[in-house]
Amino acid sequence: MGRLTRLAQPGHFMRWSGAVLPWVAGLAVVLLAVGQYLTWFVAPPDYQQGETVRIMFIHVPAAWMAVFFYGAMAVSALGTLIWRHPLADVAQRAAAPVGAAFTLICLVTGSLWGKPMWGTYWVWDARLTSMLVLFLIYCGLLALWRTIEDPNRAARAVAILTLVGAVNLPIIKFSVNWWSTLHQPASILRMGGPTIHPTMLYPLLVMIAAASVLGIALHLQAMRTEILRRRVRTLTILEAERLDAALLAPQAA
Amino acid sequence: MSVGSWDLGPHAAFILGAYGFTALVIAGLVVHAILDRRAQERALARLQEEPPRGRR
Repeated sequence: MGRLTRLAQPGHFMRWSGAVLPWVAGLAVVLLAVGQYLTWFVAPPDYQQGETVRIMFIHVPAAWMAVFFYGAMAVSALGTLIWRHPLADVAQRAAAPVGAAFTLICLVTGSLWGKPMWGTYWVWDARLTSMLVLFLIYCGLLALWRTIEDPNRAARAVAILTLVGAVNLPIIKFSVNWWSTLHQPASILRMGGPTIHPTMLYPLLVMIAAASVLGIALHLQAMRTEILRRRVRTLTILEAERLDAALLAPQAA
Repeated sequence: MSVGSWDLGPHAAFILGAYGFTALVIAGLVVHAILDRRAQERALARLQEEPPRGRR
């Protein structure tokens, strides 16, 4: 625990993340290349969906990343509120745009799959609606950060809203079980094992791994940039205070 | 519509549209990450190099 706490100190984080990031980014590129090869050259067309099934290989990883990043933000929110760890808010702030982008990809690719398969781009189905709510929560959190000027107050407000929004995560996961939805039920993470044929399952799992590693690389980079942004803010305030003091000194004399 | 050696069928526009949109968003995330980092590094370097104006 002590070692983990030390790694999470901003100075330490900048050092180890700087060393690890190129490798993580490289692994993401390799996994994406392998995943795309399997998607286009190995996975067969579906007997019902035909070639349209290839949209699944980006839609499902995007959905996983959308939920994963929100889960990570909820854990970071606990770090901000309970332990008041400086890196917790940084991690949360860095995760929000990446999570929002993956949620948008999930919604758009699902919509583009829905039109030829369901005959419509959108239905107010429980799964689709809960994913839309997740996207709106991401947007709301990003807006809240910009609205509150004091970073500490913003961090607490965002952390509370993030935890409230976490209620949506089980709703997304179980919406297909709790309600009668047009969206198909879970076919990978389910009791009794996956229902997808291995020729499609393995390419999908590689794409999920690729999206996960890519997401982690983007998150690490965004966290590093956020730490720099906070240093810039602190130095700018110190510079402004020095300037104020210099202007006021002759008047006092 | 056919792409390369295989036919994507009647829904090719939807498939390519989905992949195109995803590529665009991912590229946007990567480019933004690079540009944002550079901007912060430049700002930090400027602040650290600049002599305090009050003491000139």
